[in-house]
Amino acid sequence: MFGKLFSFNGGVKPDPSKADSTREPIARLPLPPQLVVPLHQHIGGTPRPLVRPGDAVLRGQRIGAADGNVSSAVHAPTSGRVVAIEPRLMPHASGLSSLAVVIEPDGQDHRAEREYFDWHAASPGEVRDFLRDAGVVGLGGAVFPSHLKLTPGKQGQTDTLILNGAECEPFITCDDMLMRAEAEGILRGALIMKRLLAARQVLVGIEDNKPLAAAALKAAALALGDAALEIVVIPTRYPAGGAKQLIRVLTGIEVPHGSRSTDYGVQCFNVATSLAIWRALEQGEPLTRRIVTVAGNVERPRNFDVAIGTPISHLFDAAGLRPDTDKLIMGGPMMGIPLPGIEAPVVKAMNCLLASSPTLFPPPEAEQPCIRCGECARACPADLQPFELYWHSRARNFGRAQEYHLFDCIECGCCAYVCPSHIPLVDYYRYAKSEIWAREREKDAADSARERFEFRNWRAEREKEEKAAKLAARAAAKPAAKPAAAGAAAAPTSMADDPKKALIEAAMARAKAQKEAVEAKNTGSLTTAQQAQIDATEARRARAAELADGDKPE
Amino acid sequence: MYNSPFLRQKTSVRRVMTTVLVAMLPGIIVHVWLFGIGLLLQIAIASAAALACEAGMLALRRRPVARALGDGSALVTAWLIAVCLPPLLPWWMTVLGTSFALVIGKHLYGGLGQNPFNPAMLAYCLLIVSFPALMSQWPGMQGSDAATQLHWVLGGERALDAVTGATPLDALRTGLRGAADVDTVLQSPVFGFVAGAGWEWVALAWAAGGLLLLALRIITWHIPAAFLGTLAAVAGIAWLIDPSQFASPAFHLFAGGSMLAAFFIATDPVSGATTPRGKLVFAAGIALIAWLIRAFGAFPDGIAFAVLLMNICVPLIDIRTQPPVFGHKNGDAP
Repeated sequence: MFGKLFSFNGGVKPDPSKADSTREPIARLPLPPQLVVPLHQHIGGTPRPLVRPGDAVLRGQRIGAADGNVSSAVHAPTSGRVVAIEPRLMPHASGLSSLAVVIEPDGQDHRAEREYFDWHAASPGEVRDFLRDAGVVGLGGAVFPSHLKLTPGKQGQTDTLILNGAECEPFITCDDMLMRAEAEGILRGALIMKRLLAARQVLVGIEDNKPLAAAALKAAALALGDAALEIVVIPTRYPAGGAKQLIRVLTGIEVPHGSRSTDYGVQCFNVATSLAIWRALEQGEPLTRRIVTVAGNVERPRNFDVAIGTPISHLFDAAGLRPDTDKLIMGGPMMGIPLPGIEAPVVKAMNCLLASSPTLFPPPEAEQPCIRCGECARACPADLQPFELYWHSRARNFGRAQEYHLFDCIECGCCAYVCPSHIPLVDYYRYAKSEIWAREREKDAADSARERFEFRNWRAEREKEEKAAKLAARAAAKPAAKPAAAGAAAAPTSMADDPKKALIEAAMARAKAQKEAVEAKNTGSLTTAQQAQIDATEARRARAAELADGDKPE
Repeated sequence: MYNSPFLRQKTSVRRVMTTVLVAMLPGIIVHVWLFGIGLLLQIAIASAAALACEAGMLALRRRPVARALGDGSALVTAWLIAVCLPPLLPWWMTVLGTSFALVIGKHLYGGLGQNPFNPAMLAYCLLIVSFPALMSQWPGMQGSDAATQLHWVLGGERALDAVTGATPLDALRTGLRGAADVDTVLQSPVFGFVAGAGWEWVALAWAAGGLLLLALRIITWHIPAAFLGTLAAVAGIAWLIDPSQFASPAFHLFAGGSMLAAFFIATDPVSGATTPRGKLVFAAGIALIAWLIRAFGAFPDGIAFAVLLMNICVPLIDIRTQPPVFGHKNGDAP
C-alpha cells in the first residue's frame, strides 16, 4: 500500500510564508451590504441569468443556468433581492467587466427548498448533471467544471483518484486550513468520486509543511476505514501542487501536455472541490461559499469563509490592509494575477488574496542580457529549455518557440524566480502564446472568409448553369419537331435522342472550363513545398487547439 | 506594472560573476606565491583594459554604462585572460589581447550573452599566433623580485632567459623532438612530481576553486567531468600503447591549462553548450582536440584552439541534444 514516491525535475523552494495565516482558525465573514455574483466564474459557457432585477432570491437558489454541458450553474449565496444584472469589474488582470447578478441580502438567509437527490440510486450521468447544476467547479484555481472530469477514461476505468492537497504556492493556506477542519467531508467526497470514476485507490497528496492537515486526514481516513484511501506526505517543492507534477510524484506517470490524465488512468481534484462535491450530493448545498486566504501586507493574515460575490475590499477590511500596500494579487506570489481594483468580487477561482508592498515583493531589478547560465532549465518542472523559449519568443520566432514546446509551459514562474538576469521570462511566454493564438484566430477568420467566398462563387456558377440549362431546354423544345427525323438518320443514339441533355452537357463543360480558369491562383496550384508548409501549419494549429483546452494546475 | 512571479530569488549576474572571481583566488594566490607578482600585474593591466573597453563600447552602443560595468563580466574575462598569459608578458600585449577579446570578441557580436567564442581564448589565440616567442617565456621556480618583474612587464630591457623557460608541455615536446623518450625528458628540473614543477600546485588550486563553483551551483559537473575524463582517457590509451612517446594521463591532467580549462574556461556559459548531454559532448570534444594538439600539433597547449573549435559546434550540439520534455520522454524532441 505504501508505494514509493517519485519526483519531478526542477522546481524551487521559496520561503513558504504560511505560518502567519494559519495561526487562527477559519473565520466566517459576515455578509456585505451587496453581493456581486458574476455569472461566468468557470471555464466554459457563460450561464444564462434565471432572475431579473427586483426578484427575491433564496440561499442556494439557482440564478444562472449552465449554458450547455461545458458550463456550470451559479447560485445565490444568501436570501435577498436582486437589484441589478449588469456588467461589473471582475478580478481579472486586464480589468474586464462581465455580467453579474447584484444581490442585496435581507439578513434572513432563508434557504431555498432542497432538491431531493439520491445519488446512490442515480445514474452517473444524472449525478454529473446534478453537480453541473450545483455549480461545482475546480477550486484550486483552474475552475474547470468538475462534472466533466468525473467520466472514466478510455479504458472505462480509472486506476487512481488523486486529491490535491499539496498547496505548493507560498502564502496560500486555504486548503491547509480546510483539510484541518473538514477532513472527513473531503474524504467522503473522494469516496463519491471514486465510485463515479470506478477508481481502485484514492491518494491524497500533501506537502510535508502541513503536518496538522496530514494528521487530520489520516485520522479521518482511519475513522472511515476504507482501505483504498491513502494519505501521502510529499516533499515540499514548488510546484508539487501542479496537477501533472503531483500525478508524477504520486504515481510516476507523466501526462503529456494536451492529453487527459484519465487516459492514463489518473484523475486529480483539489481537496476543496472534493468537499464541495460531498456537500452538493449529501447535503444539497450548491457551491456558494469558499475559503480565501488573505495574507501578505495585512495586519491580521487569516483564512475566511466567504460568500461568493463578496467585494474583496470587505476581506481586506477584516484583515486590516496596511497603508503602504502598492498592489493586490489574486492567487499566490508565483502565479497570481494583479487585481484591477478592490471592488472586484470573490469568485470561485479565488484561493488567496495577497497584499503586496515594496518591501514584501520588491519590483524586479532591471532586465539584463541572458548569459545562458541554464539556471532556468534546471528549475523548470516541465523539463523545458526556458532560455531557448525566451530567445525565440523575443525574436518573434513563434514557430521555433512551439517546436521547443512553448505550450508545455505551465507558467509556474520557476524560471523567472531563479534568473540572475532578472528577465521576466513568463511574460515572454505569455506574449508568445497570445501572439500565436491571435494568429490562429486570424487564420480561422481568413479561412471562413475564403470558404464564404468560394461558396458564393459556386452558387453563382450553379445559378448560371441552371439558367443555361433552362434556356437550352427551351431552345431544344421549339425546333424539336423539324430536325428530329433528319437528325435520327445522320446521328444515331444519344445525341439525337436527347438534344436537351446534350446541350446541358455542353453548358456544364463550358462552366467547368470557366471554373478552372478562374480557380484561385494562390491555393489552386501549389508546389509540393508549399503544400508541405501548409500541412505543417495545419498540424501545428491542430496541436495548438488541443493545447488550448487548459492544463492549469487544478 | 509587472506580472507574476512576484517572488524572486536573491541573485544577479553580478553575484554570479563575483563568485567566479572569488573561486579564482586560490589559483591566483598559489601562482603568485610560487612565481612572483607578475600575475597580479597582468590582472591589474587586463582589468583596466577590459573595463575601459567595456565602457567605451557600451557608450558607443548607447547602452547604460554604469549598470553593465557593474555586472562584473568584463572583470571575469580580464582575469581569465591574465591567468592564461605568461606573467612577465609586456603590458601592451596584455592590453592588446584584452581589447581584442572585449571589442571584437564580445561587443561586436552584441555584448554580454551574445558572443559565440570564449573571449579569453580569443585573446590567447591572437597573442600566441602573433607572438609565439614572447608567449612561450614562462618564469621558472627560481623566481625574481617584484621590482624586476614590474620592470619587465612595463617593457624594460628583457634579459629574461635567466628566469624564464619553456612550460612543461613545451619542454616535453622539444625533448621528444630531440628523440628522447618521455622518462628522460621528465628528468629535467622543469618537471615536478606529476607535471610541471610548481604548476602542479597551481593546477590543484584551480581545481579547488572549481569545486567551490560546483558546490555553489554556478557550474554543473558535466563539463569538468567530461573534460577531465576524456583527457585522461585519450592520454591513457596513447600512454598504454607507447609510454616512451606519450605522457601519462596524470601529466596531462596537471599540465598546462587543464584544470583551469576544466573548471573556468570550458564552463563559460555564454559560448558553451547548454543542455546536459550537450555539455558532455562539448567538453569531451575540447579535451580530445586539446590532447591531439598537445601530442601532434605545433603549439605548446591546444586548449584555446580546442575551445574555439568547439564553440563553433555549440548551436549544432544544442539542437541535437535537447532533453526530452515532461510527458514526451518517448521521443518527440524538436
